[in-house]
Amino acid sequence: MTAPDTSASPVPREAEPIKAVPVRHPGRWVAIAVIAVLAAMFVHLLVTNKAFNWPFMFQNMFTPPVIQGLFGTVAITILAMIIGVLLGIVVAVARLSDNPILRGVSWAYTWFFRAVPRYVLLIVMGNLGILWPRLEFGIPFDTYLGQLFGIENAHWRPFGIETRELLVGFWVGVLGLALSEAAYMAEIVRAGMLSVDPGQDEAATALGMSRGQALRRIVLPQAMRVIIPPTGNETIAMLKDTSLLIAVPVIRELFFQLSAIGNRTFQVFPMLVAAIIWYLFLVSILLVGQYFLEKRFSRGYGRTAKAKMKLEGLAAEHGANPEVP
Amino acid sequence: MTSEQPARHRAPEDPAGGEPMVRTENVHKSFGSVKVLRGIDVTVPRGNVCVVLGPSGSGKSTFLRCINHLEKIDAGRIWVDGRLVGYQQKGDKLHELHDKAVAAQRREIGMVFQRFNLFPHMCALENVIEAPTMVKGQGKADARRRGMQLLDRVGLADKALNYPSQLSGGQQQRVAIARALAMDPKLMLFDEPTSALDPELVGDVLDAMKDLARSGMTMVVVTHEIGFAREVGDQLIFMDGGVVVESGAPREVLSNPQHPRTRDFLSKVL
Repeated sequence: MTAPDTSASPVPREAEPIKAVPVRHPGRWVAIAVIAVLAAMFVHLLVTNKAFNWPFMFQNMFTPPVIQGLFGTVAITILAMIIGVLLGIVVAVARLSDNPILRGVSWAYTWFFRAVPRYVLLIVMGNLGILWPRLEFGIPFDTYLGQLFGIENAHWRPFGIETRELLVGFWVGVLGLALSEAAYMAEIVRAGMLSVDPGQDEAATALGMSRGQALRRIVLPQAMRVIIPPTGNETIAMLKDTSLLIAVPVIRELFFQLSAIGNRTFQVFPMLVAAIIWYLFLVSILLVGQYFLEKRFSRGYGRTAKAKMKLEGLAAEHGANPEVP
Repeated sequence: MTSEQPARHRAPEDPAGGEPMVRTENVHKSFGSVKVLRGIDVTVPRGNVCVVLGPSGSGKSTFLRCINHLEKIDAGRIWVDGRLVGYQQKGDKLHELHDKAVAAQRREIGMVFQRFNLFPHMCALENVIEAPTMVKGQGKADARRRGMQLLDRVGLADKALNYPSQLSGGQQQRVAIARALAMDPKLMLFDEPTSALDPELVGDVLDAMKDLARSGMTMVVVTHEIGFAREVGDQLIFMDGGVVVESGAPREVLSNPQHPRTRDFLSKVL
């Protein structure tokens, strides 16, 4: 050791790296042992229990009806989410508008569709035919209006269709799930819009932008940062909730097809396991997508890469060096 | 403090021979039970710079926001360029203007905020051209050319493609000034434009504002910059408790305040 030399500028010195005995974690080894035993028991169960009937499961989980059901499930998820998100934005904007009627209507919508369980809602939608055997379009309250003019049994409805034809399967399922989803998306979008600094809307307003312009150009793009991650969660939940469509029922749907095979052949359990495997597979794909999406939107302000791209585009237009023309 | 009079090339007073740019008559505004404005009468002639001073809570920012109808007034009248703000007089009845008409009025009034309020998802140039292209329907190329001119005017042409988060506070505020100017306003409102800035960044923003004043722009400036008021201001208004306590030429009011509240305030600020 030498006395510190204050006159010279500081020079980095060599140092010996620390070599210490690490802390032991015996608890971890116990945990590993316990988990290993449990895992071994589980594998033993999977291999030896005849109820799984693996050969039957693998034979039947890739049959054409199941694959069709798989595509149906994916299609319903995508369609229901698209309609749900768009309708949710409309409901959220209405909820935050100055118009008290729109506010009331959107509140009532959210209240109703959040209060009714999806399964119940889907059963009701499948049974709407009880309420209206025929769906007809025309003048509302026509029979009463007719009486006013002395016409009995007025029937001013130019066209109509059998409800039973309309309420089969696919689109009822999409609509039911979308209506319910819109209520949840509305809350997510509303939270996103409220997270944007009110000064942004004010600045847009002060520039003479209309409410719609301010919303579209200024508020919603900034709200996306908050809206996107929970929307990923909603998509995953939606994929799983397509299994509820068995209530409508929707035939071109994964769980319906797998259950049908199980019920027909009395091999219920293998088909349930097949359902679990399929859902695990689909959700895993979505999880990967969500991972990248969240990474993209949690970055600083979420636009470093985009900024770079835009910069290159703009710079090219301006001849690389933006000078005043 | 420089004693020289800045060279002002301003438009001749009242070319139309009549209306001032801003006239307010007995303006009242309450938030709930709190009376913020209690009868404001102010007249700002064309080309004038009106500096509004006052302690916080005196209602000066609210008054400014009433001028472009960001706040609805409860009583009184405000005219900008001879037109009633936010309302239409039909006979002896006052009709509220439709949102579209209010937006059209706001287009002619630029506003600069204390906290800049730049759009963070757009670069500086995009911030400037957003309103001209969206609201006025100006062509992208035209708007861009004009945007670059405006950014150059506030000394930020080289930052055109930077996002607000990459700019200092003073730079952001100058972009905000350029953004407001892009709509070719007849009147500019400044709401404490330098209060959120680090001291060494204030000068650049004040320079941009002085430049604007020299070009003949009518300006209403809420600020605590006494030096700016003395150098650039044509008239000074001192507000306290929702009323105008004292007004007049800045040099006179600042060097010889008549009202004890003004004297008290200036002694703390100067």
